[in-house]
Order: sequence, then structure tokens, then C-alpha cells
Amino acid sequence: MSTQNELAGQQRTWWNRWGKVTSSHLLLGLISITTMLPFIWMVLASFKPMADIEKINPIPSVWHPENYIEVFRKVQFARYYFNSLFIAAWVTLLTVLTSSLAAYAFARIQWKGRDMVFKLYLMTLMIPGVVVMIPNYTVMVHLHLLDSYVGLIVPAAFSAFGTFLLRQFMLTIPSALDEAAEIDGANSWQILWEIIMPLAQPGLVTLAVFTFLGNYGSFFWPLLIIKSEYLRTLPIGMLFFDTNYGTQTNLIMAGSVMSVIPVIILFVFCQKFLVKGIQLGAVKG
Amino acid sequence: MNKEARKTATALAYLAPNFIGFVVFLAGPVVFSLVMSFTNWGMQKSVPFAWIGLENFTELLGDVNFWLYFLNTAYFMIGIPFAIAGSLILAIMLSQKLKGITVYRTLFYLPSITSGVALMILWKALYNPETGPINTMLNWFLNTVGLNHVIHAVFGTTVTPPAWLISTKSILGLDVDKIGMVWKQFGLGARDAIIYMGIWTGIGGGNMLLYLAALTNQPQELVEAAQIDGASRWAIFKNVTWPYLAPTTFFITIMSFIGGLQGGFEQARVMTGGGPAGTTMTMTYYIYTQAFDELQLGYASAVAWVLAVIILVVTLINWKFGNKEMYY
Repeated sequence: MSTQNELAGQQRTWWNRWGKVTSSHLLLGLISITTMLPFIWMVLASFKPMADIEKINPIPSVWHPENYIEVFRKVQFARYYFNSLFIAAWVTLLTVLTSSLAAYAFARIQWKGRDMVFKLYLMTLMIPGVVVMIPNYTVMVHLHLLDSYVGLIVPAAFSAFGTFLLRQFMLTIPSALDEAAEIDGANSWQILWEIIMPLAQPGLVTLAVFTFLGNYGSFFWPLLIIKSEYLRTLPIGMLFFDTNYGTQTNLIMAGSVMSVIPVIILFVFCQKFLVKGIQLGAVKG
Repeated sequence: MNKEARKTATALAYLAPNFIGFVVFLAGPVVFSLVMSFTNWGMQKSVPFAWIGLENFTELLGDVNFWLYFLNTAYFMIGIPFAIAGSLILAIMLSQKLKGITVYRTLFYLPSITSGVALMILWKALYNPETGPINTMLNWFLNTVGLNHVIHAVFGTTVTPPAWLISTKSILGLDVDKIGMVWKQFGLGARDAIIYMGIWTGIGGGNMLLYLAALTNQPQELVEAAQIDGASRWAIFKNVTWPYLAPTTFFITIMSFIGGLQGGFEQARVMTGGGPAGTTMTMTYYIYTQAFDELQLGYASAVAWVLAVIILVVTLINWKFGNKEMYY
């Protein structure tokens, strides 16, 4: 009897050590592959000759890396890359700058009307973007900023959410630090740049990554503002590429692969901040 | 200048760059759009600008398109419970201590981080009824493997794969030009295709990470106590983990609902043009077409405000009940 129990016990420990781990890996791996299937098809299709697209065999019969070069010949794809990166970089820089200055005023300085103005900021967070889209568009028309970089960058550079996020972050920095600096004769500008900003760095990076990704993929506003081809960003460029060359699925897929690659690279490097940002973002509810 | 006034001045100086943009591009437009929803504001010069009171809103009540597109928007939310359940399952699987778990997390997260126009174009190719791999696979099973022979023997008819994005059918059989359900509209169509794509995109995204964060922070005392008492894993999940996750689930549900109300714009613009026969038109896409194709800016503002008020109500429900739950 006792040997039987021992055997069962051994089997259970074997199961605990190896069986559970292996079955978990199998299941997670299976789910991962299922999730990745559309991506895998996209990459393979981008190397196919057009005749292969409708075949059931997912592997190209002949590999055509020149599909990627063909995309650059058909449309100004390099221009789309530049525009997307340029606009996203400017919006990110301006958003982080204006948001952190405003967050400092909300989190670190006592002033009359502060809570009222902050409530106003919070209230606009729940207004759907489509409400302000029409007035903003008419403002751009009257300022002659349609079809311009300024029209694409400036309206996107003020974020109530960014201000909120950084304020929450700055509130967690001990106020004894500013008080000590104040006694040492530092002014508010020095306190901001020498104490608050370095300590708020994780928050700043989080906001920067989110703003960058959001604007890199931005669609609604650029769709309204962009009229000329030289201003097209990747999403807008891809939309028209698909409209004009939609039947050439292999080329369209090459374009799609190239549009998502920068996002994947950024994601792999900034995962930590993204995860934190999503969890911080949930606090607003 | 006394100290308090100086502090206020300093604060306003820091606030100013953001506040000016906030007023010009956010707060100002909100008020402007509300005012304009009571006018016949349009871009045609032939019609003189006029205050028309509540006329936009009464017109909207009788606008069958508004209600059809409202129904579409609601229909798209069918995917939400599935996406949330999926996020929870993935989060539970990721919360085990396992070597290489972050690799899986990265892979699950990829669809949501790369989401956007490029992926919608990808799905449009996947759903293509003639050349797309989904129907190629279905046809292979039905005709090459011979599933259709079996179906024919049993039901006396054969099956053809759905036309996906060019089909007006739906799993609820929604009628095309009026509110209701009709037999010939039952099936899989454009709306279902977009719902499925949405689940694929969203399942491993932010919601999964929120669940994962909650699960990692879950106090283990109760779980361990239940384990010692010999409770099954399902019993522990149902009675300990699920109630513990309730605030997270509530938050995710509300946010998905708010997102759903504003959703469908990119899908309609990139994948379907709102078609076939308006079946993928949602509220936001309707506002966009009314404003920028029909140039009915006043009417579009009115529709936008109806949407905004619905979202406001949902947000208030969240504030009223959500916070209480959070400290439960």
C-alpha cells in the first residue's frame, strides 16, 4: 500500500514539475500561433507573385522580395514614412512639454481656481472626439491651415489626458523635496526641471510612447486635413494605395508589413512603459 | 503683489501653453458644436444661416437612417462580452509563473498595438470572398475534402462560404432598410466579419493587461485558505477571484461600451465605405458623412451631441457605481 502511495506521489510531483509546464507552454503556444496567423499570412503574401494569392498553399511558389521595391515605385512610400514619423515626433514633443508644464501647475502649486480648472479638464475627457472634429475643421479652414504640417501637428499637441496622467504621476513625488529646494533658494522653474522632471521620467516616457504610437496611427484628423499627396501619412497613404492598387494584394501586403514594423520595434523596446501606462490610464475611471 | 497672487500668476504661466490649446481645440469647440446643433449650419452658400431651435433633433428622431446606424452601432457591441471573456482567459493563463511568459504576452499584445489602417487592409484581403485565404480554406474543406457531400446527403443542399464584407446578412438576420429581422438576412455578413476582427484585435490588448495587473496584485491569503479547504480551481475562481476582479470587469465593460458607441469609423472608411447597403454605417461614420459629404454641419453636430449625451450618461453611471466597487 505504502509503495503504491509513494508511486502516486512521485507521479504527482513529476506532473507538477514537468507536465503542468509543458501543457501550459503547449496551450499558450497554440493560442499565440492562432493569434499570429493573420500576420504570418500577411508577411508570406507580401513575398508572393500575384497568382499565388488565392492558392491554398500559404508559402510563395517563387519568393518576390522585389514586391517591396515595387511599393516605393508605385507610391511615395518613403514620403509617407517621413511624414508619419515627423508629425508623430513633433506632436509627441509638444504634448509632453505642454502637458508637463500644466501638470506641474496642477500638482505642485497652490492657486485659486485650481480645482475648478482641473475639473474642466476632466470633463472634456469624456467628450467624444467626433464632437470637436467639425469645429476644429472649420477653424483650420479659416486659419488657412488645411493641407499643412502645422494643421496636422498643432491641434494634436494639447492633451487633457496627458496633463491628467502626468499630474497623477507628479502627485506621487514627495513634496518635502520641493520644500527643501525652496528653502535652498530654488525658484519654481528650477524645482520643475531639477527635481520634478527627473523623478517624473517614467511618466514622461509613458506619455511620450503613447502619444507617439497614437499619432503614428492617427487616421481621423489627417483624413480631414490632408489633401495633397506629399503630406500623406502612412495610414492615409495606405488608404489611397489600397483604393488605387487594391487588386494587387501582394503589394498592398508589402505596404502593410512596412507600416507595422516601426510600431513593433517601438513596442519591443518600450513594453515596460506601455504596460504601466495602460494601468495608470485605468485610474482615471 | 502678495504671495498668493504671485503663486496664481506663476501657475497660470505654466498652465498657459496647454490651456490656450485646450480652449482653442477642445473646450471652445465643445461649446461651439453645441450651439451649432441648434442651427442649419451648412457649407452651401445658397441656404442662409438660421437658428432652427430643436429642429435638428426632431428631424433625427424621424430619420430612419439614424436609427438603423444606431442599431448597427449596438450590434457591433455583441463582440464586447466575448472580447472581455477572452481577455480574462488570456490574463489568467499569463498570470502563471512560467519561463518566457513575457514572450507570450508580447505576441498576444501585437494585434492591438499594431491595430489601425494597415491591419484593416490586411483583414479586407483575408475576407475577400474570391481570393482571400478564409474562403479558400472554407472552399477546400467544403469541396476538396468533401464536406459538402455529407451536407448534401443530410440536408439535400450544399453550402457556399459567406461573402463577408460584401454581404448584408448577419447572425441576427437584421433587415436592411428598416428595423427588424427577416429570415433571408440570417447568415454571416460584413458586420459579423468586423466584429470578429475586433475581437481578434482587442482580446490581447489593454483589457488583458488590466486583468493581468489585477491578478498579479490579488492577495493570496484567501486563495491559499480555499486551497487548504480543498476547493476546486473552478470554485476558487468563481468565489474568490471573480468577485475580486469585479471592479476591473466593471471598468473594462464601461470603457468597451464607450469605445463601442464611438466605434466603427475606421472600419467603415477603410474596409466597406459603410456598405453594403449601409449595414456597416455606425454613428461616428454617419456624423462624418453628414458633415463632410452632405455638408450638413448643423445636423451632424446634433447627431454628435446625441452620441455625447449617451456617453455622458454611461460615464456618470461609471462614476456613481464604479468607485464604490473599486474599494470593495
